[in-house]
Amino acid sequence: MDRVPILSLGDVLLVSMQVDLQDESVVALQEDLAERIVDSGASGVVIDISAVEIVDSFIGRMFATIASLSKVLDAETVVVGMRPAVAITLVELGLSLQGVRTALDLERGLAALRQRRAERGIPLSDESDEADEAVEAPAAAGD
Amino acid sequence: MPEPVDELPITTGDDVVRVRQAVRARAGAAQLSLVDQTKLITAASELARNTLVHGGSGVARVETVERQGRRGVKAVFTDHGPGIADVEKALTDGFTTGSGLGLGLGGSRRLVDEFVLETAVGKGTTVTVIKWTR
Repeated sequence: MDRVPILSLGDVLLVSMQVDLQDESVVALQEDLAERIVDSGASGVVIDISAVEIVDSFIGRMFATIASLSKVLDAETVVVGMRPAVAITLVELGLSLQGVRTALDLERGLAALRQRRAERGIPLSDESDEADEAVEAPAAAGD
Repeated sequence: MPEPVDELPITTGDDVVRVRQAVRARAGAAQLSLVDQTKLITAASELARNTLVHGGSGVARVETVERQGRRGVKAVFTDHGPGIADVEKALTDGFTTGSGLGLGLGGSRRLVDEFVLETAVGKGTTVTVIKWTR
C-alpha cells in the first residue's frame, strides 16, 4: 500500500498527492494527518491535488472528512490545485465538497491560511525564515 | 490496439486502481477529450468500487468500440453478489447500503453517454457504460 508523505512547512502540513491511490491509502492518510496535526500543533493543512487526474466520491469524501477532522483539532484545511476537468466531473457526479475550503494553487492556499491565522490574532511565528524549508520529509517520496 | 478487450479481476483495492489505469489508457487512445476521459475514469472508479464493496468481487472488461464512425470506450462491470432489489432506489443520489455517499451508481450514470444496469437478486449485477468521442 502506498503511503502519502506529509511535509511540514512552518506550522502548516503539506500533502502532495502524486500517485493514483487505492482506498486504503486514502484512509491511512486521514489517520496519519490527524496524528501529525496533534503532534506538530499545526494550524493548517494544505492538500495539493494538482497532479491528481480524478477525484471520485471516495476521495471527495476524504477531503470533507479531513476538513472536519482538522477543524476539530483546531487546524484549517485547504485543497489546492484542482484541475478544471476534475472540477467539472466532481460537480456532475454530485459532490459539492461542502465544508472544504479550496484555492487555485499552493501559493493562494498558504496565503488563505496565513490570513486566517492573522484574523485570529495568532502571531506569525518563525515562518518567514523557514517557509521554504521542508522540515521533515518521510522516506517514501510519493512519486 | 494491443488487446481487443482488457479483462481485469476486481478482488482488491489495488485492482480498482488497475481498472482506472486500463480505462485511462483506452480513453486516451480513443482520443476522448480530457474532460470526457476524466468523467469516464471517474465513473469506472465508482463502478469498480461497487463491484468490490457490494458484489464482493468481480470482473471489469474494457474495450474500444465503434459505431457510425464514432469511437468510444466501453467498460462492463460484472459481479455475482447479492444483486440490487430496488434499482430505482439504488440509482437515487444519497441512497446507500454501505458507508458511502450513495453517489456511485446515479453519479456515474450522469458521467457517461450510455448506462445499462442488469441485476438479479441473489445472482449478481452487471453495469455497462460507454463514452463516445464528440
